Amino acid sequence: MSFDHMQRRWSNLRKVLERSGPFCRPDFEPSPENLQMLVDHCRILVVGAGGLGCELLKNLALMGFRHLHVIDMDTIELSNLNRQFLFRHKDIGFYKAEVAARFINTRVPGCNVVPHNCEIQTKSEAFFQEFHMVICGLDSIVARRWLNGMLMSLLVYENGELDQASVIPMIDGGTEGFKGNVRVILPGMSPCIECTLDFYPPQVTYPLCTIANTPRLPEHCIEYVKVIQWPKENPFDCAIDGDDPQHINWIYEKSNDRAAQFGIQGLTYRLVQGVVKNIIPAVASTNAVIAAACATEAFKLATSCSASLNNYMVLNDLDGVYTYTFEVERKINCLACSQVPREIEIKDSKYKLQNLIDLLCERPDLQMKSPAITAVIDGKCKTLYMQMVASIEEKTRENLSKTLIELGLKDGTEINVADVTTPSTITLKLKFPQDNSASQ
Amino acid sequence: MASPESKSPEQSEKNRKYDRQLRLWGDHGQASLEAAHVCVINATGLGTEVLKSLVLPGIGAFTIVDGKKITEEDIGTNFFLETDSVGKSRAQVATQMLLEMNPDVTGDYIDEEPEQILSNSPDFFNSFTVVVATALTEKILILLSKRLWELNIPLIVCKSLGFVAYMRIQIKEHTVVETHPDNETLDLRLDRPFDSLKKHIDSINLDEMSFKDHCHVPYLIILYKYLEKWISEHGTLPTTYKEKQQLKDMIKSGMRRDEHDSSNSEENFEEAMNSVNKCLRVSDIPDSVINILNDDRCVNLTAKSSSFWIIAKAVRDFVDNEGKGLLPLKGNLPDMTADTEKYIVLQQIYHKQAAADAEAIWRRTLQLLRQLGRSSDSILEKDVKLFCRHVANIHVEKGSCIADEYDPKVFDTNIIVQNLENPESMMIYYVMLRGVDKFQAEYNSYPGEFDDQVEPDIVKLKTCLTKLLSEWGCGPLAKDDYVHELCRFGGAELHSVSAYLGALAAHETIKLVTNQYKPVHNTFIHDAVTSNSGTFFF
Ligand SMILES: [Zn+2]
Repeated sequence: MSFDHMQRRWSNLRKVLERSGPFCRPDFEPSPENLQMLVDHCRILVVGAGGLGCELLKNLALMGFRHLHVIDMDTIELSNLNRQFLFRHKDIGFYKAEVAARFINTRVPGCNVVPHNCEIQTKSEAFFQEFHMVICGLDSIVARRWLNGMLMSLLVYENGELDQASVIPMIDGGTEGFKGNVRVILPGMSPCIECTLDFYPPQVTYPLCTIANTPRLPEHCIEYVKVIQWPKENPFDCAIDGDDPQHINWIYEKSNDRAAQFGIQGLTYRLVQGVVKNIIPAVASTNAVIAAACATEAFKLATSCSASLNNYMVLNDLDGVYTYTFEVERKINCLACSQVPREIEIKDSKYKLQNLIDLLCERPDLQMKSPAITAVIDGKCKTLYMQMVASIEEKTRENLSKTLIELGLKDGTEINVADVTTPSTITLKLKFPQDNSASQ
Repeated sequence: MASPESKSPEQSEKNRKYDRQLRLWGDHGQASLEAAHVCVINATGLGTEVLKSLVLPGIGAFTIVDGKKITEEDIGTNFFLETDSVGKSRAQVATQMLLEMNPDVTGDYIDEEPEQILSNSPDFFNSFTVVVATALTEKILILLSKRLWELNIPLIVCKSLGFVAYMRIQIKEHTVVETHPDNETLDLRLDRPFDSLKKHIDSINLDEMSFKDHCHVPYLIILYKYLEKWISEHGTLPTTYKEKQQLKDMIKSGMRRDEHDSSNSEENFEEAMNSVNKCLRVSDIPDSVINILNDDRCVNLTAKSSSFWIIAKAVRDFVDNEGKGLLPLKGNLPDMTADTEKYIVLQQIYHKQAAADAEAIWRRTLQLLRQLGRSSDSILEKDVKLFCRHVANIHVEKGSCIADEYDPKVFDTNIIVQNLENPESMMIYYVMLRGVDKFQAEYNSYPGEFDDQVEPDIVKLKTCLTKLLSEWGCGPLAKDDYVHELCRFGGAELHSVSAYLGALAAHETIKLVTNQYKPVHNTFIHDAVTSNSGTFFF
């Protein structure tokens, strides 16, 4: 494309990039170089090529960005087509990242989207270091936390001072039905995902005894079939596949029988699917709003042509359109972004390793999934428990029922915890009650 | 694929494709969406973003009105134009590219300026469900607004200018049964139990129960029992914090312990104590519903009254008679610790009473239809049931005509003055955009559109604003930085700002055509610098 064509095509962007205004960031210098920088140099990673990801790629491509990478391990399904607008019926079964990249590259000549059809966890530090910014459109909290941890691990501190060049900003968007949120994170400088972990509501779970003995809701019947009846009868000799209609049919019929047996009304096929697959409702419009707000933040941050969202926005478009912008604060002892070691308070001297693991999973500010714990005891590094590796699990299982004191852990001992929610191990300092530690 | 005899309802391809949104507005909402025909004026970046979020969920049909030819600038802001389409009809190319996304949707276009259509084909707009307009000049906007107001067709006006976005919904009257409130209040009637509920609870004796039964009684029954005791002692419902605390203590004293396991406390009693505040409200009719039931359109039905108002009148009559001052029972029971049987029996009691109330309202509806000389099948029983289920949250939106904002004799500018007192109010952008309208009308360009005119345009825009403010009877505005910012934009359309507003306009269109959720009331302004927004009613 000729220079003239390019100048005309981006004439809208050039207005805000080549003119100064009262709401620019102080470091903004109006100049044609701003556009050139976007077009030639700025490298952005879009994480997720789903509802938000498709929108993000389009928005970024039309905001002048050209060096885009997109990463997603998923393939396209029929139920994506009501909002993931870069996919067509013929694309079902293909990788989302690949199809999305091809579509954008064809529609917006000059734009170069590079697809990565894999999980983010397979990528190294060097991969993430290549980018000027990461925009995250994920539905998985675990993946988001992992990514957050990765960007934190790239920070460089010299004599306790953060090296600004090592900061890769992260813009995070999320939606659920008619609600959404956007946040701007400057790792090491502004609050991160872990600082506000308690924003994520705990997942709805039904007590096992309700499911088994006193079901009252259709959901209880579905959970029963899913959790108890399926493993017992193993109708298809495999785990439940929520996308296999035969599986859903089986669960539907069995839970219908159970509902009828207990006189419970309101069980539908749609509900069965929803519970089995943990489906979150989604609509094109709300997705597009959130992705657009993320892209605007990326553009402003990359060019300094305007101030940024500071630093969290929530949207609710159920009743009119309501947005609320507020400043989240950093947690001074954040596990991911602070240099302060976190203390874990141990309630009593009878505390067992299993109790500690439950605590790590249940605490709203930790919400771990399957923590593996190691500690230096009497000068030796010992693995106390690890679930992920079967042979180690077997060897360390007996530790679960031992008390921490029996295992040799004391007040002030530092334990190292590895979990899927973070790319690097986390150090926690045990704090025993005063009277007990005194008696040690 | 399953045979027709199969017990499982195999889902259609369409149901699977739209599954994620059907969970929000249901099959009936989808049917309304698929019956809708939306007109979008001007296939700007903003216009096609509106259509994108309508075509994807499967709007029935759309028509684009746009007489412009595609320019290089258009390609930079509009995803639904191809690079080699410069010079072609913008309406035509956009229609093709949008339709490619979803084969369920039909679409056509008129390659003419809206101005021509308004003067040459006065009936053109008559058949649309909603009209969405972008990039209109003040003159055409006023004409279109008046025309659609007369026709009673909703109009959504959208603007995207630099980092500012604006949306205004014009609708004469819009009634919503399913508003999907975030927090629905419980309708349990513990203070005014209906006969079957009272009879059921009276038949239960907590003291005679085994421990196993006692710890599986639904908390509602526990609450009722202790409330009954409270009222017999005090004569009224507990209202103050202290009184509620006393009631909680009473409940606590009734809690038993398992003789074999002292750590096992009664969860249902805990729940009863925790629900005192939530459940012990005085059963009454929300003010918003009282206003609707007292509305002239409800009290005085005519042959032309809509189903909404006829059913509302039936509800009103019900309240005055068999309802004894209360709305029909909602009928849903929250989940609570209980064994299956005790819970289901209680649930059935609520269901049956709700069904009986709905039945009474259905009979009254039929009676009203007869009186109005309307056929008895003009309202369906299922619609009455739906109305009864949601009656506590029904909503009536009454709007105003956009053209009135341009007539200083009718325009009430108090809201502007009041809001401008707050330095963070988005109202400043409304004023700025009106100033830009005036500038365009006078100079036929956007302020700052040409690089060498930015400085002189700042002065001109200020003059336009001063004129506007004096027409409104307002004092001068000391907001020069906003004037500078608007001139910096020079009419630029930033794609991500258009994408933000376009999606919201589509969202509001969906609310209007499905008759679900409350629409914006009635002006929405977004500042993409801070990501703040505000809603105002003109
Ligand atoms: Zn943090």
